[in-house]
Amino acid sequence: MSKGIYVVVEQRNGKVQNVGLELIGEATRLKADLNEDVVAVLLGSDIKGEVNKLYEFGADKVVLIDHPYLKEYVTEPYTKALTQVCKEYEPHIMLFGASSIGRDVAPRLASRIKTGLTADCTGLRIAKTDEELAKEEALGNTDPKRGLLMTRPAFGGNIMATLMCPRTTPQMATVRPGVMKKIDRIPGRTGELIEMTVDYTEADMNIEILEVVKADKKSVDITEAKVLVSGGRGVGRNGYDMLRACADELGGEVASSRANVDDALCEWAKPEMQVGQTGKTVRPDLYLACGISGAIQHVAGMENSDLVISINKNDTAPIFQVSDLGIVGDVKVILPKLTEALKKYNAEKVVK
Amino acid sequence: MKIVVCIKQVPDTVEVKIDPKTGTLIRDGVPSIINPDDKTGIEAALELKERVGGTVTVISMGPPQADVALREALAMGCDEAYLVSGREFGGSDTYATSGILAAALRKIGYDIIVTGRQAIDGDTAQVGPQIGEKLGIPQVSYVQEIKEAAEDHLVVNRYFEDGYHIIKIKTPCLLTAIAELAKPRYMTVSGIVDAYEKEIKIIGFEDLKDDLELDMIGLKGSPTNVYKSFTKEVKGAGTILKDVSADQAVAAIMEKLEAKHII
Repeated sequence: MSKGIYVVVEQRNGKVQNVGLELIGEATRLKADLNEDVVAVLLGSDIKGEVNKLYEFGADKVVLIDHPYLKEYVTEPYTKALTQVCKEYEPHIMLFGASSIGRDVAPRLASRIKTGLTADCTGLRIAKTDEELAKEEALGNTDPKRGLLMTRPAFGGNIMATLMCPRTTPQMATVRPGVMKKIDRIPGRTGELIEMTVDYTEADMNIEILEVVKADKKSVDITEAKVLVSGGRGVGRNGYDMLRACADELGGEVASSRANVDDALCEWAKPEMQVGQTGKTVRPDLYLACGISGAIQHVAGMENSDLVISINKNDTAPIFQVSDLGIVGDVKVILPKLTEALKKYNAEKVVK
Repeated sequence: MKIVVCIKQVPDTVEVKIDPKTGTLIRDGVPSIINPDDKTGIEAALELKERVGGTVTVISMGPPQADVALREALAMGCDEAYLVSGREFGGSDTYATSGILAAALRKIGYDIIVTGRQAIDGDTAQVGPQIGEKLGIPQVSYVQEIKEAAEDHLVVNRYFEDGYHIIKIKTPCLLTAIAELAKPRYMTVSGIVDAYEKEIKIIGFEDLKDDLELDMIGLKGSPTNVYKSFTKEVKGAGTILKDVSADQAVAAIMEKLEAKHII
């Protein structure tokens, strides 16, 4: 019988990526319903040093595949290794980050081992209600209580769909970075290490990487920020300094809506700052939406923020529907005043 | 060189609205378009043909109405078009769809296959890689530039979130296109005239059945099934302050930030 919740942990430059830890966190929550081990699968070259971190973030076991072919991401060597994991250990569930890596290898793998794959999920749960169990059974699941329900946006975020993978295992899903939560790190927590060898031949490296180019500047990752001050059309082309000043007082970063990123004359709004369906999903402690109307595609990327405060001139702006506090007013007047108030507050705090 | 582009006809999701009373999608009057990434793929294929010679074939799986998308592709300059259509194929998920398209591709032949990275209705990005797997050919997805093209190989830039790889790949192979790869050309008048003179060849179930996993096609054979679709629960608005002075607004924000321990 297939068993275990497997998380394929993404690494880049030999470092485990956050999305992998987020998925291990989600796997520990699924474990509460399934009582199966959380197994992290780590592929790379010279990467053993990252293993302990995976236990500390919730993995019970780690399957480690260490090979020079796995240093940089290449479809075939990764697919071959994961195929072997699936054949040897028969995972019940397998999760991937919905990144440019996960969304390349997961479909290739699902096709090879003949199972279903649900893309870009934002919610996972185990079938529980009578209705869910009945549906799993009707669709041919012989073990409905272990059925995975995978929820994802479709039609550009206009609707949500929940999918099942009732007849084949592993039940596979890719999950958007920034949607699931890591568990608090448990220093010293340990687990079982399984080192797996894959017999590669030269034919497995079926492409040739001529050059690896890393983005030259260390751009800020808005999905990591605790506070985001995000600007929309209402802030415009010259609004960056105003957003930056406020973000600095809050210890946060600047993000943008699609309107500014698409505006060729808006120089400050870079694609990596874009929040939304076609940009990044963020869940900061505070999302301060400045002059953002809140189209459904934007809301899809920020609605899981803990606290949403928005400032917009238009009192019918949809952003107010997802805001904890909405201010109808001119962001160009209110935001600088807020920055001043924060500056004063921070200065007084230092004195205290 | 035979270049084949896989395209999908999709509703223009930017135009999709939700009925506020029933909470369902309003699809009436929503125009159908060639999926944007696929249109990029068509352009990339046409440019490739201009560089190395050969033909560009376009293929789509869908209902008979999808011929509109294929005609548009012909009007852009594609040489021939195939529509893969059949009741048996309806309701296919990405696994099933890729199996059917792979069978059709084996039938018509290919040196290079181009697909869009993902479709705007499903957003899965799965069909391209799954076709590559079913055909047993290498793939590069997220292609943002074709730097070099020759009969037996390509050199392409493959996007990653933190940079890119320059990759040499031998043909036959499959590429998935992202928006940066090419800017789709417009249809020409002569192209439109030509498009309506050309025949769109239909590939049906009977043509492919000996080359399909028959238990893995259509709604019943798809490994994933939709359990439910629904509109999103909105978080629910909190307090909205209107007609307040800037100072009052700032005070309200500061109070909220303190209460939630942001500051």
